[in-house]
Amino acid sequence: MTSKLNVSSLVAALVVAGLVLLPVYSNLTGNIFILTLFTRIVILALAAVSLNLLMGYGGMMSFGHAAYLGIGGYAVGILAQEGIGSGWAQFAVAIAVSALYALVIGALSLRTRGVYFIMITLAFAQMAYYVASGLARYGGDDGLTVYKRSDFGGLINLGNRVQFYYLCLACLLAVVALVWRIVNSRFGLVLQGLRSNEQRMQAIGFPSKRYKLACFVIAGMLCGLSGALLANNTDFVSPAVMYWTRSGDLMVMVILGGMGTLMGPVVGSVVFLVLEEVLSQLTEYWALIMGPLLLLIVLFGRGGIMGMLGRVNRG
Amino acid sequence: MAEPLLRVDNLVRRFGGIIATDHVCLDVSKGEIHAIIGPNGAGKTTLISQLTGHLAPHAGRIFLGGRDISHFPAYKRSALGLARSFQITSLLTDFTAADNVALAAQAHDGRHSFRFFANARKDKPLRDAARAALERVGLGHRADVLVSKLSHGEQRELELAVALATKPQIMLLDEPMAGLGVTESQRMVKLLAELRNEVSIVLVEHDMEAVFALADRISVLVYGRIIASGKPDEIRQNEEVKRAYLGDQHVVVGHG
Repeated sequence: MTSKLNVSSLVAALVVAGLVLLPVYSNLTGNIFILTLFTRIVILALAAVSLNLLMGYGGMMSFGHAAYLGIGGYAVGILAQEGIGSGWAQFAVAIAVSALYALVIGALSLRTRGVYFIMITLAFAQMAYYVASGLARYGGDDGLTVYKRSDFGGLINLGNRVQFYYLCLACLLAVVALVWRIVNSRFGLVLQGLRSNEQRMQAIGFPSKRYKLACFVIAGMLCGLSGALLANNTDFVSPAVMYWTRSGDLMVMVILGGMGTLMGPVVGSVVFLVLEEVLSQLTEYWALIMGPLLLLIVLFGRGGIMGMLGRVNRG
Repeated sequence: MAEPLLRVDNLVRRFGGIIATDHVCLDVSKGEIHAIIGPNGAGKTTLISQLTGHLAPHAGRIFLGGRDISHFPAYKRSALGLARSFQITSLLTDFTAADNVALAAQAHDGRHSFRFFANARKDKPLRDAARAALERVGLGHRADVLVSKLSHGEQRELELAVALATKPQIMLLDEPMAGLGVTESQRMVKLLAELRNEVSIVLVEHDMEAVFALADRISVLVYGRIIASGKPDEIRQNEEVKRAYLGDQHVVVGHG
């Protein structure tokens, strides 16, 4: 048990150290591309961490998590187009609207369970997708270009690659720390109890639904933050970012890295997106290699990469 | 006469054409152990599930301390002092024994659980409450063991500790002896006998030796109906009960 913790913690520490030092490497080698790639990875890792709170700790298999990427993104894009460039306002709206959406969707979806919960969260995300496609004023299907990145005054310049990267990384690490605190709090124990046995939790006196809904809303807000960063990264937001395949990608990152482990989704995102990048350069049929590879890891590596590390260590 | 702690008034529950609970009336006084016996499929667990709020009755009412709780959700009934142990052990298996009990205490320490930062495993009052409940059932030395690593007997004891940690007025115990060996059963009987002064108990049990050793009153449930209710001696002598239940179980009773 302790040895498992050690190896996982070691890998987690190495990943964090790597992410922190990445701009230095990029600067020394003049490799700008890798910084761009990892900015995206860090942002999507943040989304995966939020989904892990929901899936891994809350036991709620949401198949519509990418909706918040879109909501966060459109909050930035629409406000920018309407002349509100303040990052504070944009990010606040991104998070607030995500919370509101999660509150409504969660209240409705949490009436169901199992496969129905998966399907209904998927259906709502697809609805959000079509709503975004219908926003003619904001580009409709073609999406919306963000001509000016969020403006945080003199505090930080999002146009600067390195500064933006560190902002994203700081957000990621802050969210990981937040999730760590939540998981061990009163709320977190109730949440994990509900994942394990909801009927039992009701029998010992917990009103289960309101705790699950609170988790749903927190996860949505965190992913909304990720969406706001993502729009700044691509200078663009389109309905495609909320499409169901993107929700599926996020789920794969979580499961690949290890559901219900603190750093699993971060590791999963790095592995998933780097593999995608490398394989897609080798062949245009990269999905043919990626698919079976993921299947193997999921089939034989129960607990994802973090779970496998634990077993290697013990063996 | 004083209002009984728990009163069940003409409770009815159907599953399709089958009446699983057929106008059941029942009352439990403070400090009483009221056993419910009956052959398999008599509707004992269905009855318990309606009492705890996991299953809605189609008719009839349930009163706890004079208050109509028929339509309260499970968590509210727990808050009012009604605890349950499950027939099939139903613990949080990926938690330690202490975590299981501490969570039950957490639900009843008068504070809500929308607290997101402080480490709940370092909450001393909760941990102390958990330890006390574990000591009570003889599991003090197993506090930090994962539930999945506990023996079946220990899990049954833990079920009881969890119920106790909710500070109940009345506990509904659904076959607490199920699957226990002889010595484990005896320990459980002794434990329940000690608890009788603190908390009322509704005991659903197949182990007749345990039932007749513990119960102040026994109700016999057959095909969803209570066919007899009375002191253990009266039940033993009741012809209808003998025919319906004890008769075809004489082998079990005989060697028990």
